[in-house]
Amino acid sequence: MDSWKVNPRVFWTLFTPGTFWLLLFFLIPLGWLFHDSFSDKISITETQFTGTLANYIRAFDAVYLTIIWKSVWISAVATALCLLTAYPIAFGICFAPAKWKPLLLLLVILPFWINLLIRTYALIAVFRTQGYLNLVLGWVGLGPYDMLYNDGAVIIGLVYVYMPFMVLPLYATIERLDRSFLEASLDLGGSQVQTFFKVTLPLTMPGIVTGIILVFIPCLGSFLTPAMLGGANAIMIGNVIEDQFKAANDWPFGSALSFLLMYVTFGALALRAFLASRSKGVDV
Amino acid sequence: MAQTLKPGSGPLDYGNRTWLKILFAAIFFALYAPIFTLIAFSFNTDKRGVVWRGFTFDNYVKAWNNADLQEAMLNSLSIAFISTIIATILGSMVALVLWRFRFPMKAAYEGVMSLPIVIPEICMGVSLLLFFTNAGMMAWSVNFVWPFNLINIIIAHVAFCFPFVAIVVRSRLVGFNRQLEEASKDLGASEWQTFWNVIVPFMMPGLIAGALLAFTLSLDDFVITYFTSGPETVTFPVKVYSLVRRGVSPEINAASTALIVITVVATIIAMKLQAPDKSGKG
Repeated sequence: MDSWKVNPRVFWTLFTPGTFWLLLFFLIPLGWLFHDSFSDKISITETQFTGTLANYIRAFDAVYLTIIWKSVWISAVATALCLLTAYPIAFGICFAPAKWKPLLLLLVILPFWINLLIRTYALIAVFRTQGYLNLVLGWVGLGPYDMLYNDGAVIIGLVYVYMPFMVLPLYATIERLDRSFLEASLDLGGSQVQTFFKVTLPLTMPGIVTGIILVFIPCLGSFLTPAMLGGANAIMIGNVIEDQFKAANDWPFGSALSFLLMYVTFGALALRAFLASRSKGVDV
Repeated sequence: MAQTLKPGSGPLDYGNRTWLKILFAAIFFALYAPIFTLIAFSFNTDKRGVVWRGFTFDNYVKAWNNADLQEAMLNSLSIAFISTIIATILGSMVALVLWRFRFPMKAAYEGVMSLPIVIPEICMGVSLLLFFTNAGMMAWSVNFVWPFNLINIIIAHVAFCFPFVAIVVRSRLVGFNRQLEEASKDLGASEWQTFWNVIVPFMMPGLIAGALLAFTLSLDDFVITYFTSGPETVTFPVKVYSLVRRGVSPEINAASTALIVITVVATIIAMKLQAPDKSGKG
């Protein structure tokens, strides 16, 4: 690697365009959003910077606090369910015959590349009252049930959409797991269950933490899934933000809510960095 | 304890356990069943779409002839195409800088460069809406002729795609043997000739993989497009969103299937190119 001073002309030619784009169309808009979150709304279209904290304080109103709390627990439940389904998948892929691994991984990742909206739409077709699941249940004399437009549907939708995010980091850590530890535990008389909880699980903790963060952040900020699968009372923080920027037209308040979401994201990332630095010694 | 184990039934051969296989099959079924039903029912003759009545291509013909869907699809593909080109160029430049040079605050620069990947999409969407509105570009771009009226969306898509391209291209560059570059310069090639004849050919699989990634990301994006598109411009995901709110129809299935095929093909090609591969290092 060269110092940039070796060839400043090449350095600046390569450095400028991307940096310019990032600065102008990412950092400045975010800065503007931050600036606006301390502003007052003075007319339908105008806001004025006053340095007020009112927008942030308003986010802690009972109404919004309930929604924030609900977003957090819906995301937490969805993340937990993702972990429960993704762990066996990742584990199974790692212990599958080598020639199957790439195909199985591809099969896990592929749905992730299919449009989020289309996948959610596919779920609606399955779960709606005249949907396929009720059709199948009807054959055994059950239902039809109203399964859509409630918190449960939102959770299922989030799990369905974000599961691949959980599988990949888990796969990466389980794959690096030194199997002689497992053999040692089994040789020394540990049962399979004990070995899993006392050896495998602690050793794959870094992957679990990464997976939890990778799923929890997009769940918390999701807006499409609750808008499509949730009922009137299943709104999450993302829907409130959308509402502030569209129908309710209170941009400063929407900005403040967006930044609260960003703080949570940064907090989660910092936590992950902290855990990663602490676990360096035992990381396999 | 002297029991002999059959191959595949050892204590660590979890891959052969029946319960794991069943669980595996169940989860994959749950993952794919909705998508396959969506595709299957795009060929259904029944309007309501629940019961199978017969095979037809009518839904595709109808979706194809639907002027709104056509416009939305054309917009989506044009946006994806233009932003892919810009994002690939910007992303590979960033990758080259990070690969080749040491400079002050490099770690911080890399961190900021990965921000568009990690922050919630909705935050990026609303910040761009705010920016374009205040900069007057929201009102201004409406008067442009197609495809320039899509400029806001294209700018936004480039902003969230090029950091991904940078990551993909950089991981390819790591395998480059810099002695080739030195050899080329020793033999009298200029900086530019070396770049064009030595580095770019080596980067090519990464460039294509990065471009395809940008293309799928752009084609799939809903949230950021939703906030940066004016009331007049419709992209495919935005159109489907408004249609779905009115109910399920086989026409949407047909259009969705077309989009699934495009993205799946692009993804598989990208993955093939990205695989730590046979193409020999340097």
